Amino acid sequence: MTTARSDLAPPAADTAARQRWMGLLARARPTRLAAAMQGLDLPAHDWARAPETGAVMVRGRMGGSGAPFNLGEMTVTRCTLRLATGEVGHAWVQGRDKAHATRAALVDALMQGPRAGEVRAAVLAPLAAAAEADRAARAGKAAATRVEFFTLARGED
Amino acid sequence: MYVAVKGGERAIDNAHAWLAEERRGDPSVPELGVAQIREQLALSVNRVMAEGSLYDPDLAALAIKQARGDLIEAVFLIRAYRTTLPRFGASRPVDTAAMDCLRRVSATFKDLPGGQVLGPTFDYTHRLLDFTLMAGGEVPPAPGAPAAPAPAPVPHVTGFLNRDGLIEQEPASDTAPGDLTREPLELPASRALRLQSLARGDEGFVLGMAYSTQRGYARNHAFVGELRIGTCCVEMEIPELGFAVQIGELELTECETVNQFKGSKTEPPQFTRGYGLTFAQNERKAISMALVDRALRWRELGEDSAGAPAQDEEFVLMHSDNIQATGFLEHIKLPHYVDFQSELELVRKIRAEAIRAEAIGAEAIGADEEAADV
Repeated sequence: MTTARSDLAPPAADTAARQRWMGLLARARPTRLAAAMQGLDLPAHDWARAPETGAVMVRGRMGGSGAPFNLGEMTVTRCTLRLATGEVGHAWVQGRDKAHATRAALVDALMQGPRAGEVRAAVLAPLAAAAEADRAARAGKAAATRVEFFTLARGED
Repeated sequence: MYVAVKGGERAIDNAHAWLAEERRGDPSVPELGVAQIREQLALSVNRVMAEGSLYDPDLAALAIKQARGDLIEAVFLIRAYRTTLPRFGASRPVDTAAMDCLRRVSATFKDLPGGQVLGPTFDYTHRLLDFTLMAGGEVPPAPGAPAAPAPAPVPHVTGFLNRDGLIEQEPASDTAPGDLTREPLELPASRALRLQSLARGDEGFVLGMAYSTQRGYARNHAFVGELRIGTCCVEMEIPELGFAVQIGELELTECETVNQFKGSKTEPPQFTRGYGLTFAQNERKAISMALVDRALRWRELGEDSAGAPAQDEEFVLMHSDNIQATGFLEHIKLPHYVDFQSELELVRKIRAEAIRAEAIGAEAIGADEEAADV
């Protein structure tokens, strides 16, 4: 936390930024997050909630836009830790990898403190770039299978 | 009856040891890794995730390995595992309009906004065995094309029809749906419970039911308005944070069918809808689900029941779960000695009575005949 505002709700812009990095960490491949954090000097932490694996019921909507229904569950691992400097890091990540959840919570905690710039450059930026490269590669392959129709003559003419 | 069994435990242990050996197969052939199953038998993994009702490709691959490739046994392992997990809550409904699509086709509109994208499909293959796969060569990477710099939302086809009022609207709602893994399914079931049940139902059963509607049992003439496969982010409200975050990304298959019309005195005729959504790439299941969803909607759409199996909610929902089905089916191979002993005694008693009655009858006839002779 950069200032003593722990008793106040964080401003909306901070929330949006935090949602972005938490989402990026949850979606990241565990090996990538581990590799990105290798060079970081990681602080000690205490558990507020030790890593725990469970299930989240995933919902869809009827017709894509209507009332919700339960599609099935996914595995999720969550944890909450506290740094000696007071920042509390949360993680809710897909899968059963407790080390991955711990790393995500550490990054979440560090991003709230004075080392945010360092962590952003070392961890978040490469993860975002890797996710974007994956997306672009898939989208490129999909684009190569796009079918274009040309109507030459219609029957009724 | 009390039956003392000697050596049962030893026999079972030895049977399981032999099973493990058979699972491994010929040790001179390299052992299959879980990651190989996950990466190279992905459609088996997808089916186990859908019917096991748990999205976790590593676990599904492990279950397939443990089950020696028996997918229903693998689904059973996943269903058993999921009961050990604490439930953290439910996600926000996934936004399939924001899906990052790798496949998206429509059988109703050729020039739809967002385009037709074939993706990695078996369609248009010649279904000839490819013997080069036995030779084990490297596969060249698939060609790419310039992709959009950012993912653009791909609008649903039904949205275009909605705009003209030509198709029924899905009523917007945020009501929490019932969950058949928490409360036993009661009939009549809501559409939410029917969809949950179909999503985890056996692919073969749901396919057969869908096919029956195409062959004329409650025909509803479905067009695949749209079929899309791709990834969607899953968001969840995190109570300790007070806001929602993405907790992961799932591959999903969605099918929306456009079906024949329905009108009334107050509403002009419009197309009706069926919906299918499954975990991962699983399009046969998603299309089947949409057809059966539509067939089961006859009551809410004010149609007459044709008495077809696919319209019979009890028939469909009570028989679609392959774990329930296989559990009941396979239990009959287990010891039923006491049951059978009682049946055996009963049939012996009935036979003895029947034989005695015959003998008395024969005597009586004999006596009559004797009387007639006089």
